[in-house]
Amino acid sequence: MAEEMRIVLRNYGKIDPLKIEDYIAQGGYKALEKARSMDREALIEEVKKSKLRGRGGAGFNCGQKWSFAYQAQADQKYVVCNADEGEPGTYKDRLIMENDPHTLIEGMAICAYAIGATKGYIYCRGEYPHLVDVLNTAIKQAKEKGFLDGFDLQVRSGAGAYVCGEETALIESIEGHRGEPRFKPPYPPSEGLWGKPTIVNNVETFANIPVIVEKGADWYASIGVPSYPGTKVFTLTGDINNKTFFEVPTNTTIRELIYKYGGGIPGGKKFKAVQIGGTSGAFIPEELLDTPVAFDNMAAIGATLGSGAVFVLDETRNIVDVVTRIAKFFEHESCGKCAPCREGTARMHEIMSKLNSGKGSAKDIETLSRLGRVMSYSCLCGLGQAAPAPVLTTIQHFKADYNAKLV
Amino acid sequence: MVNLTIDGIKVSVPEGSTILQAAKEVGIKIPTLCYHPDQSVKANCRVCVCEVEGNRLLQAACSTPVTEGMVVKTRTPKVIEARRTILELILSNHPQDCLNCPRNGNCELQTLAEEYFIRDIPFEHKVRGLAKDTSTPAIVRDPDKCILCRRCIEACSVTQSVYALGLEDRGHEAMVVPTMGKSLMDSPCAMCGQCIHACPVGAITENEQLDELLAAIADPDKIVVTQIAPAVRLAIAEEVGMKPGEMPMDVFVAGLRQVGFDYVLHTNFTADLTIIEEGNELLKRLNEGGVLPMFTSCSPGWINFCETYYPDLLDHLSTCKSPQQMFGALVKTYWAEKMGIDPAKIYSVSIMPCTAKKYEATRPEMQDSGYRDVDLVLTTREIGRLFRMSGIDFTKLEGAPFDSWMGKYTGAGVIFGATGGVMEAALRTVYEVVTKEELKDVNFTAVRGMEGIKEAEVDLKGTVVKVAVAHGLSNARKLMDQVREGKSPYHFIEIMACPGGCIGGGGQPITKSNAQRQVRIDAIYAEDESCEIRKSHENSEVKILYDEFLHEPLGHKSHELLHTHYHPKNKKYL
Repeated sequence: MAEEMRIVLRNYGKIDPLKIEDYIAQGGYKALEKARSMDREALIEEVKKSKLRGRGGAGFNCGQKWSFAYQAQADQKYVVCNADEGEPGTYKDRLIMENDPHTLIEGMAICAYAIGATKGYIYCRGEYPHLVDVLNTAIKQAKEKGFLDGFDLQVRSGAGAYVCGEETALIESIEGHRGEPRFKPPYPPSEGLWGKPTIVNNVETFANIPVIVEKGADWYASIGVPSYPGTKVFTLTGDINNKTFFEVPTNTTIRELIYKYGGGIPGGKKFKAVQIGGTSGAFIPEELLDTPVAFDNMAAIGATLGSGAVFVLDETRNIVDVVTRIAKFFEHESCGKCAPCREGTARMHEIMSKLNSGKGSAKDIETLSRLGRVMSYSCLCGLGQAAPAPVLTTIQHFKADYNAKLV
Repeated sequence: MVNLTIDGIKVSVPEGSTILQAAKEVGIKIPTLCYHPDQSVKANCRVCVCEVEGNRLLQAACSTPVTEGMVVKTRTPKVIEARRTILELILSNHPQDCLNCPRNGNCELQTLAEEYFIRDIPFEHKVRGLAKDTSTPAIVRDPDKCILCRRCIEACSVTQSVYALGLEDRGHEAMVVPTMGKSLMDSPCAMCGQCIHACPVGAITENEQLDELLAAIADPDKIVVTQIAPAVRLAIAEEVGMKPGEMPMDVFVAGLRQVGFDYVLHTNFTADLTIIEEGNELLKRLNEGGVLPMFTSCSPGWINFCETYYPDLLDHLSTCKSPQQMFGALVKTYWAEKMGIDPAKIYSVSIMPCTAKKYEATRPEMQDSGYRDVDLVLTTREIGRLFRMSGIDFTKLEGAPFDSWMGKYTGAGVIFGATGGVMEAALRTVYEVVTKEELKDVNFTAVRGMEGIKEAEVDLKGTVVKVAVAHGLSNARKLMDQVREGKSPYHFIEIMACPGGCIGGGGQPITKSNAQRQVRIDAIYAEDESCEIRKSHENSEVKILYDEFLHEPLGHKSHELLHTHYHPKNKKYL
């Protein structure tokens, strides 16, 4: 059984986050120095070789993404950190920024050097106003120490829209527009912020970078599952004893997360389902709990890793009731740009409510399945594509809960 | 070139092409709703989704660039299911009152609903119940019908730089609203109606006033007199299933008589008159050190825009009323006198390619005849409806002449309908008035065509006059900013609010592309070529008007009836 392993949270509780000296004393900014002494292509190659994949949910190879922005010809490039941590039940990015802001800044500065960017933004979740101060203090300290020479890093605060966690909506928001996604391609590494090559990475992704540069790609690639190496931070919520966070290697199984780290279900109740990755995550039944928490392994069971939220439900929970509430969330958070999401999320909530109040028929479940299926591959962005996942996976795994509520 | 396969058919298209463009090359029609050929790609309706091998997600054909070796499938069961479901979603909150919608039979959503075999929609039909905006006399917005494609917003903001429309709220509560949640009347709306052309459905239409005409025709005490604007004849043909320009003028006149108009006259007549007045005004400004550059004033959408965004430059506007309003002022004075008709009985109707004209006619300053100068303004589309209602077969109708005294016109009047036309007509006259020489070639081709801003220089025997022409308000804005900065090199500027000029006006048959505008422009110049007389100052009826009534250009009577003044629109939030 795997043990907890702290890479991105390596300084958690060990340093005063507002003292750069503490960070430096732990070896901080050494990786940046090392990176800047390296050839850019070699640096990107190293990140690529580590097989680090984006921790924001899409799981794209980080070094490869950087190489696109590196190769793009432009008079200006940007590095953007997605710190719009809006997934309910998720607070991993907050943990990093709150306790070790310099690891994020160092990671971003390494990326800026690698791709040739001179400007950067940290797009901070609107509900984290206190972190804006922490980040600004840290940036000021890093500047004073000369770590950010040639890299102008600023903090931008979101205004509370969930969709702004989608990278192109985030870019629109930084530009001062409505927070709405753009169609892709073009992807941000070729045309991003203000049309310039832009790397958008999640906080957790950036926090891995200094360690990878310091300890080497081979070391990192050897941790956890080979196709998705390293660690992942999980935040445990719902019907679970240890409602806290853990950073574990990616070969850890869901069962270990719940029973070993999470301490199991309170009150001696039985497990019913777990939703992983946030509100748009799949609901996973008991029989699939031995799946490792790595990207491809999760994809193989029709689930995602997403933000790393682990939401556990015990046997007393009614799935239809829970999913109805989730459908309401997506109806509220759809930006309204594309038709299938704008109309689809509202209809999904409408039909779920009908079913939940005992007025639905088998035909409604059929309609719901078709709607969810179409949304999952027709919507403009990840929000609409992922929104039906809780509905579709619960119809798949917990049909009995639905059937019990039919007219 | 990029090689790909669409539905098993191999195709090579230039790099940067989209799937939609490539499919068109091989004759595969992919349905669209938010796509507009002259606008940016939006990819928000998702109706054009297709399967692309190697992708789990369906790809929007309008936004996805082709790549080498790409394999596209446009009609698999997965694609058909997606398109039908999306259409059902859109239709489930769209009012299903097609039978009494102004866009019945000419609606992109209705067409797709038919093509995609939409029958039993599984979603509950819920209409939002939003209020119609009837605040302007020109344009009506019915937000319940809006499918949020955003084409109107782009037409208003990008093409026209008016910024009267924007988005409010989000998710299924999102809606297109006039700026700052105001009514359209209180927004910076210029009433140009370009949003109407952009709208795929019936969410934006002209203020329909056909019933008012029918009531007037039915009223035995009213003498219904009409004027036809230059751009109307070319386009009216499209409303009755003919090609642009295909309906001969005399057949159009006969048609109007058939549906009940007592007298049929022509705005081209006052277009020629405008040239005499405006040409002389320009010469006066040139000779007496007046405010320059002078701007044309015949486009009421442009006047609204200038009053809203450039109130500091109103002195540059020619004081000439538009041809419509010159006509209105004369028909109840000069013409009534000439015909021996009591002006109180005259019901003056203008047939316009324009929505802003509906507003212009209601301006309080437009009552110089002692009555409301123009009682009713109908668009080309409204007359098209009337014609369809009449059951006339225009291919069999025998032509009829215009009525006297205000029906004669020249090629110069005709070209008012196209961008650059007013300028060209003015130059034909100004040249001969100043040089006292005959103009050998009347064609000033430099000011013609769809290019946004055109310029030319004319040598009037020693005096070089620099002119510029802009169509579409975002192009106008460029010239205006130049004037405001004191850097404008021009003496005379023609501005038309609508792209292409009046042939692309907000009241014209729904215009799906600039290519369609170009076809109408071609028809306009063909008509000009066919005119025996092509200079306004040679219009014999205009000469009679001056001899008997006005006496001289810019004279006392002209000032009373043909000239006006402008007012800054105080939009404090701008």
